[in-house]
Amino acid sequence: MRVRVLVSPKRGILDPQGQAVERALPALGFDGVSNVHVGRLIELDVDDPARVPAMCDALLTNPLIEDYEIVEDVSA
Amino acid sequence: MKFGIVRFPGSCDDIDAQLACERVGEAVLLWHADRDLQGVDAVVIPGGFSYGDYLRAGAIARFAPVMESVAEFAREGGLVLGICNGFQVLCEAGLLPGALLPNVSLRFVFRQVRLEVVDSETPFTRACEPGRTLSIPAKHASGRYFSPEPVDVVLRYAPGENPNGSQDDIAGVRNAAGNVFGLMPHPEHAVDPLTGSVDGLSIFESMRVSVEARVAA
Repeated sequence: MRVRVLVSPKRGILDPQGQAVERALPALGFDGVSNVHVGRLIELDVDDPARVPAMCDALLTNPLIEDYEIVEDVSA
Repeated sequence: MKFGIVRFPGSCDDIDAQLACERVGEAVLLWHADRDLQGVDAVVIPGGFSYGDYLRAGAIARFAPVMESVAEFAREGGLVLGICNGFQVLCEAGLLPGALLPNVSLRFVFRQVRLEVVDSETPFTRACEPGRTLSIPAKHASGRYFSPEPVDVVLRYAPGENPNGSQDDIAGVRNAAGNVFGLMPHPEHAVDPLTGSVDGLSIFESMRVSVEARVAA
């Protein structure tokens, strides 16, 4: 199965990359944007999607500083 | 006194670390794929970009065969020093608390920084008199220290010197047992008057004194 892991900076930890993007958007005329965060996307094909949370905790993310969301691609 | 310096693919300060260690003792390189620590008295995880910093700095190096031996060595009380990328590796491996995030500036910083020795009673700082300030270069892109829990701080950036936005100006921390220490600045680059400061020597000298005191005991 195709699985996407969406990794984002843990809420409450300063995210300078998100802030830089948030400041850049109004400069291009895109107003009304807030709470921007920049994370990472990891895509993988796995035999057993039930093992993905353990992969996230062991390697794919650092739970101290990152949150993640697992999205299973049922169409793939 | 024999130091072992771990060499990962992408390490780049391994030779400087070896030369620094050789100012106070013997030093050998330890290959990342070997489990044999060659009977060293202390381990140094050097700076660089192990495994290209892929995923997160230090995240992949943590799984190298040599790190299993280093973790066991640390559990038995052996001295382990992590410099820069080595600090990141030790945090990722859970041998030190916390994590290192991208600098607040989002830029690579490279400059001489002044460090306050907060704890001069560790095996890594005992050659420093209390309250001493060390002048040592820092060079990194991900050096912003963060820990959700209180930690044992060994070094802080002097007021106004914090180059990366580290929480509470933290530059170096130790584990609870005191035998594992990591710092972002590079003591191995400050061991010869030619490069402006010899303050980094006190870290390696402290380790030598600590190991020899243990052998004598």
